[in-house]
Amino acid sequence: MSLLLRYRELALAVIIAIMVTGIGAYAPAFVGLDNILRVFNDTSILAMLALAQMMVILTRGIDLSTASNLALSGMISASLAQNYPDLPVITYIALAIATGLLLGLINGAFISLLGIPPIVMTLGTLSVFRGMIVVYGGGNQVNASEMGEVFQAFPKVTLLGLSSLFWIMAAVAIAVWLFLNMTRTGRAIYAVGGNPVAARYCGIDLGRQQLIVYTVAGTISGLCGYLWVSRYGVAYSEIASGYELTVIAACVIGGVSIAGGVGTVTGTLLGALFLGVIVNALPVMQITPFWQMAISGAVILAAVIVNARAEKRDVKLILPEARRTAAGGVR
Amino acid sequence: MTMAKRTVVADTAPRRVSDRLLRWETILVLLLVLVIVGNTAISPYFLDLYNLSDATYNFSEKAIVALGMAFLIIVREIDLSVAAIIAVASLATGLVAQMGAGLPILLLVGPLVGIACGAFNGFLVTRLALPSIVVTIGTMSLFRGIAQVVLGDQVINKYPSSYTAIGQTYAIDWPPLPYSFLIFLIFAVVFAAVLHRTAIGRKLYAIGNNPTAARFSGIPVDRIRFWLFVLTGALAGLAATLLTARIGSTRPNIALGWELEIITMVILGGVSIAGGSGTIPGVVLAVFILGLITFGLSLINVPGIVISVILGCLLITSIAVPIIIRRLLNRRQP
Amino acid sequence: MSAIINQPPPQGGGPVLSLRNVSKTFPGVRALHDVSFDLLAGEVTALIGENGAGKSTIVKILTGIYVPDGGDVIAGGIARKFYSPRDSWGAGIAAIHQETVMFDELSVAENIFTGHMPVTGSGLVDWKGMREKAGDLLKRIDADFSPDALLKQLSVAQKHMVEITRALSHDASVIIMDEPTAALSRNEIEDLYRIVDQLKSQGRAIVFISHKFDEIFQVADRFVCLRDGEKVGEGLIADVTEAELVSLMVGRPIDQVFPKRDIKLGDTVLKVQGLSNPTEFADISFELRRGEILGFYGLVGAGRSEAMQCLFGMTAPSAGTVMLEGHAIRIRAPADAIAAGISYVPEDRQQQGVVLPLGIRHNMTLASISQHVKNWFLSKSSELDTVRALGTRLDVRAAHWEQTLSELSGGNQQKVVIAKWLAAKPKVVILDEPTKGIDVGSKAAVHDFIGELAEEGLAVILVSSELPEIMGLSDRVIVMQEGRIAASFERGAWSAEKIVTAATGARKAA
Repeated sequence: MSLLLRYRELALAVIIAIMVTGIGAYAPAFVGLDNILRVFNDTSILAMLALAQMMVILTRGIDLSTASNLALSGMISASLAQNYPDLPVITYIALAIATGLLLGLINGAFISLLGIPPIVMTLGTLSVFRGMIVVYGGGNQVNASEMGEVFQAFPKVTLLGLSSLFWIMAAVAIAVWLFLNMTRTGRAIYAVGGNPVAARYCGIDLGRQQLIVYTVAGTISGLCGYLWVSRYGVAYSEIASGYELTVIAACVIGGVSIAGGVGTVTGTLLGALFLGVIVNALPVMQITPFWQMAISGAVILAAVIVNARAEKRDVKLILPEARRTAAGGVR
Repeated sequence: MTMAKRTVVADTAPRRVSDRLLRWETILVLLLVLVIVGNTAISPYFLDLYNLSDATYNFSEKAIVALGMAFLIIVREIDLSVAAIIAVASLATGLVAQMGAGLPILLLVGPLVGIACGAFNGFLVTRLALPSIVVTIGTMSLFRGIAQVVLGDQVINKYPSSYTAIGQTYAIDWPPLPYSFLIFLIFAVVFAAVLHRTAIGRKLYAIGNNPTAARFSGIPVDRIRFWLFVLTGALAGLAATLLTARIGSTRPNIALGWELEIITMVILGGVSIAGGSGTIPGVVLAVFILGLITFGLSLINVPGIVISVILGCLLITSIAVPIIIRRLLNRRQP
Repeated sequence: MSAIINQPPPQGGGPVLSLRNVSKTFPGVRALHDVSFDLLAGEVTALIGENGAGKSTIVKILTGIYVPDGGDVIAGGIARKFYSPRDSWGAGIAAIHQETVMFDELSVAENIFTGHMPVTGSGLVDWKGMREKAGDLLKRIDADFSPDALLKQLSVAQKHMVEITRALSHDASVIIMDEPTAALSRNEIEDLYRIVDQLKSQGRAIVFISHKFDEIFQVADRFVCLRDGEKVGEGLIADVTEAELVSLMVGRPIDQVFPKRDIKLGDTVLKVQGLSNPTEFADISFELRRGEILGFYGLVGAGRSEAMQCLFGMTAPSAGTVMLEGHAIRIRAPADAIAAGISYVPEDRQQQGVVLPLGIRHNMTLASISQHVKNWFLSKSSELDTVRALGTRLDVRAAHWEQTLSELSGGNQQKVVIAKWLAAKPKVVILDEPTKGIDVGSKAAVHDFIGELAEEGLAVILVSSELPEIMGLSDRVIVMQEGRIAASFERGAWSAEKIVTAATGARKAA
């Protein structure tokens, strides 16, 4: 555990700084306070989802159903607002969180109790959750005008210029950080992803950790479901379609290893920020949004290549001259 | 363990009927029968030969790619970019059509572009030793992004009728077999022969079960994996050619989400996501099961997204039920 | 279930741990039957037996991986059942495994305390306290690295020390060591003996599992011998000889005499010159004749396997030439080596030699599969011919040729691997630690077989760390030390002292 940014994260932060400066030189509006705040607000949902996905990937799993969970939770919450627009906003939020938790629990239960591979299970729930929107609502779409004031007001509340989205994300980030670094369960997650056999030998049960991370991930997705729907003012079956891959991309860029056991909150947040800056920069630089996917793809590939280089495999140092020139072992 | 006694080793294990019955493929056959019976019950139009033949249009292109994907998953790799390769290959076909190219070129461009994309994937995975899941998430964005950049929100729909005929007419008139379905059947036979009866197939299973031991046994693991990515890319390119001919147009979101359907075909077909096991007959059965369920439900106007719920549940149940049964059986034994 | 935590070892009097009539059966296999013995405080008990005798089953029962079907494990005077590793930790039992089972990406302190981390009053992880405690424990065994170091930065011996420290952190009264010296150098083994003495003086009971008799006689006080799941002997080490132990293990006296052969050596078939790799080995040159057995001796980590794997094409050399039967050959991949007639039986059977989920036939034909292709398709009858011939010749014991390799014993798996490489019709066979981790009976069979190979005109390179084996079988011995050839001896002009001195490096003493 280290409070200081480790080498990889420092490099990522520097890259983002360079990017921002570069774009700012080309289009000064980009580095205006307005825009910077907008970047943070826009990236908050992605950041939260990335933190959720990171915990799952730490256990050597993956959650392809995040976006579908978000969509269904958001839809259910919006439907409540459509029918009862004057409830306190906390009810809508609570319903979305509860739905997300339940959906995450379904994933976690099947994966931990039945041992279904995570990629297969969440591939299935990806379709099932999203499909349930139509099964439940019959192709219904909830528009801004139908959601009611209370429902949509919350994301617009600002503090120090940053919307509540940002502050919720900050709270979630701190909570996740505390969980992963300061609780025994959090450390168990790193152990179980790093070496499941060794973890079992230490008395840590993979199943329990899986149940926890998928449920927590689902809960965060549910929360983001409300935030997404209330912010963009629309709820229908195709929202956030395909977004799970953007979320995984943010994790990869942030240094989370797909092999499990490696990843930090700081890194993941930087990864999300990186993508957020790119998405925001395109219109500023007057590049059509059509470039977004291609650039994302190139960035992901670059990040994966860099990460792999960083995890260089050990070279066997047998010859004395080789051992002398290499940095000595550990004293 | 004394040295004097020499054991006599039999050639094969004694055959038991239960072995045959408990195989995944048998369960798939039963499931297929169920699907056919069920569909016949809910719609009188199901068992019409021409309807069934038309149904194959919807899954043949994906099925062709699924054959390649099966090989990849057997060697513990995966390719999430196949749908994006279809998009890029379709784009290339469209551009070439706009330049007035003839039929042969129109047919070849797709697979060629697919080969290039597959080679790119293969290079990153084998030469740079990167995990295929994240590489193909990246190339998925990159390839489809290229299609978006070039096309924007335009659509290419000027294709010569000689080309679209390939996607819209029957190759053989009776029994009515569309080109795409016929190609799938032929490829399925070839792939099955390769996997189950040739040296290459043996090597694939070895790599999937223990890549290190495979390498020590002289198997060129990286070279094989590279060519499997190229193969899958080529199949995706071929699928693009057929798909574009069928719908007669190219747009950037063509085949959106297809990679997940293709992977579902492979997993339902009994190929383990952990690698090293699975059969082509299983994948073929899964293709039919998924395809006929989709077709049958669409005949009674069930919306596509609801069908995807059913298919998602089917995928999960098909993996969960054998595990549950195995647990119950183990509990019974002393 | 685990009510007793941090139980200090009893002072004198009763045993620390007892097994009473413990039995364990798996479908079709009776792993343990009615085994009873005691572990006393401050003593090292060697647990010996062939592979499959039941040693690892006992370890798994004691560490909570298996639950016995019958009998009791009595810890601290109470009959216990361990349903999980946590239970056995709680009862004061710790184990150190052959391959360290720990977390490379976490720090030493975390590795020690995973599963029982100290917490502050508010329930959060007490990092400071954990680091301090780890530091204290490491000092106790004179470890020279910091608790903040990442595990992946440590050497194998240092990782073992972390495992021992982990056992100490649980204040374990019973410490099981399973083949702990497998990857250690001479110096590190001495360190380990010193630690064992310290643990003994602290009153802990130690279970020492090893195939190396010299270590057993050096470090153990008592022994318990298992054969086919039953206890066949126990007593004081001081009261027995090695030969007696071996005959207890096997059930009959075994002649450790190696087959006497009188072979006329043929032409030079392999000539290696200046084979080098930037970090692993340099200037490896030797010649090999038909019918010859060339031994490669050295300490673990001397670079022998690396040199052989490079010769075989697994890695690329930075310099050097290889000539086979007079022709220079370029080996860029194992397939080239195999085509040229070189076979390599790897050291790590599980990871490199066998494909466990596949059957015997599939495994045996894997390196020579192209021999069985007729008209593009594989011929099962052709495969079975080869499999039957080689399998019978090597005396592979199995129910049928399709049997999954994971169901065979270690010795039989090794036979299948050797058969695989013979099926490739080699001219040169490189055997890398061919008898590592297999039972005495299979060992003798493999030794006989190596002799047969030489008689048939194959050229054999035998890489081994067992002096008796190397001296018993080889015509010549090349000793490697720190990546280079240190010495070379002919049969008749060598002695154990000379060989070992060369392997450890004469300069060291100066």
